[in-house]
Amino acid sequence: MTALESANQIKARFGDLVSEPAEFRGEITLKIANAEKIFDVCSFAKSIGFDYLVDITSIDNYGEYPRWTVLYHLRAIGNGTDFRLKIDVSEEKSEIPSVLPIWRTANWHEREIYDMMGIRFRGHPDLRRILMWEGYPHHPLRKDFPLAGKPTDLPGVAFTRVTPMEGGPFVTVAGGKDAIDREPRVRTPED
Amino acid sequence: MQSQTEYGYNSKIEGDIVLTTVDAALAWFRANSVWPMPMGLACCAIELMAVGASRFDISRFGSEVMRFSPRQSDCMIVAGTVTYKMAGSLKRIYDQMAEPKWVIAMGACASTGGMYRSYATLQGVDNIVPVDVYVSGCPPRPEAVLDALMKIQEKIKKEPVLHDLVAFKQLAGK
Repeated sequence: MTALESANQIKARFGDLVSEPAEFRGEITLKIANAEKIFDVCSFAKSIGFDYLVDITSIDNYGEYPRWTVLYHLRAIGNGTDFRLKIDVSEEKSEIPSVLPIWRTANWHEREIYDMMGIRFRGHPDLRRILMWEGYPHHPLRKDFPLAGKPTDLPGVAFTRVTPMEGGPFVTVAGGKDAIDREPRVRTPED
Repeated sequence: MQSQTEYGYNSKIEGDIVLTTVDAALAWFRANSVWPMPMGLACCAIELMAVGASRFDISRFGSEVMRFSPRQSDCMIVAGTVTYKMAGSLKRIYDQMAEPKWVIAMGACASTGGMYRSYATLQGVDNIVPVDVYVSGCPPRPEAVLDALMKIQEKIKKEPVLHDLVAFKQLAGK
């Protein structure tokens, strides 16, 4: 069974809840209209062979509504097909059901999204930060968080200071004709 | 025919007396038995392993005894990127090391934060512990680490040992 056939199977099962499968460069994405139904869709996906949750990722659409997009990358080990599920979450809500009962690997993926983006997962048994320490007040992967960081202090545990950027960040441009062109340089977004 | 050669210590050739000061002797002992605390935090730690292995052989300088216990080590080699999350543990381990103690900041990350100009990385380990020698490189060559160790040895040889101990005893007696 190909990924498209699997996606159509899910579409047939859930009807209007699921969008038409969108194909881009050979990869299939399904958009789920209601974020609360992600658990049901994932359970069904697992029952038709998608036994491996490759990753969960999140996007900050800063300045747009709804602010968050969460993506589930699924794979069927049996026949080597994969596709994505996509849901939108508003900033006011910032909460979606955990898929941990379906794939246990979701545990750390969901903790990472909670740590970096601040989206909470309802039903997660251990929703602690995974990279930053407990008590760190920010979510660093949000678009409104500066790359240099913000000063924080948690006495006895950890502190952070604003990093001197020295005019950076410095970026390399691919395809430079010599080493001087490819050297990392300050690049403003207008360039 | 029996050999008359003496194989042990020959006092006629080597003499009985070594002239030095106690301070210099103690400093010499210290300098040639610096036990490192390998604080391996990133890719520099791999290079640090090469320093310990046979090709570069840190034991030529008396420092082959990598101690993973801060209580038994003299010189902390900070090899790698220090994140803010790790900074607390690093400081704690440094505090647990017995005096006298020295620190080598190995590589760009440990010295200045290196290429990690971000919210998560401590911009130089000298923000939390006193560093004696900085080693440049990303990662540094093993020779550079040995050079840093030799610089530490030179420093130790110049530091008064007994003088400090006497002063400490007097201070403690009061």
